[in-house]
Amino acid sequence: MSRSGIVTAPIDVDAIVNEVRAPGNGAIATFLGTVRNRSDSRTVVSLEYSAYTGMANREMEAIVREAIALAPGVQIVAVHRVGNLDVGDTCVMIAAAHPHRGPAFDACRYAIEEIKKRVPIWKRERYADGSTVWIEACATDSHRTPINA
Amino acid sequence: MNLTVRVFASYADALGANTATISVSEPATVGAVRAAVAALSPSLPPRPLIAVNEEYATDDVTVNATDDVAVIPPVAGG
Repeated sequence: MSRSGIVTAPIDVDAIVNEVRAPGNGAIATFLGTVRNRSDSRTVVSLEYSAYTGMANREMEAIVREAIALAPGVQIVAVHRVGNLDVGDTCVMIAAAHPHRGPAFDACRYAIEEIKKRVPIWKRERYADGSTVWIEACATDSHRTPINA
Repeated sequence: MNLTVRVFASYADALGANTATISVSEPATVGAVRAAVAALSPSLPPRPLIAVNEEYATDDVTVNATDDVAVIPPVAGG
């Protein structure tokens, strides 16, 4: 069964892989997003993710439906964690299973790219000096709004 | 009409709240909401998207007083 959602508890990678493991599925493609310790050469000590939860759940459900349309027969689980996360923690996970690897990879890649583009989730980096910055559009400094802690 | 909209992340910090009340003339559109929100503070980040009833909406969409309207700054999940 495919599903998706915003979660607050730590992501249990093995449990999610086992949700899509099935005798007919010869391929399981997984993607984990983890909290990185560097951002534009600054040392990140933790991240706070927040979401517009209702809409984020709806967008993730739509993305899963689209991934299944793109790769018929795929079973996919997509979850994104919110709250305070430490460096190394898993913030997002996709597991896509299919009889063959091509559609599994396709569905997994589609889901993570669309989650990053569309799902209303924001992250605030906290640095070693105690300051924090909301990361927006995660591309260039011009999109960033410094907030002094 | 007065409309209370949800705000998030950098917008919530800049406005000091999770919602903001704006005034727009009827019939109101998403474009009018966007302009009214931008006028709330000069320090707001540019180019937010607007969601109506939990779906992204383009500037020509009509907004009613009972709609759930949200200002969506550039997202940064993953």
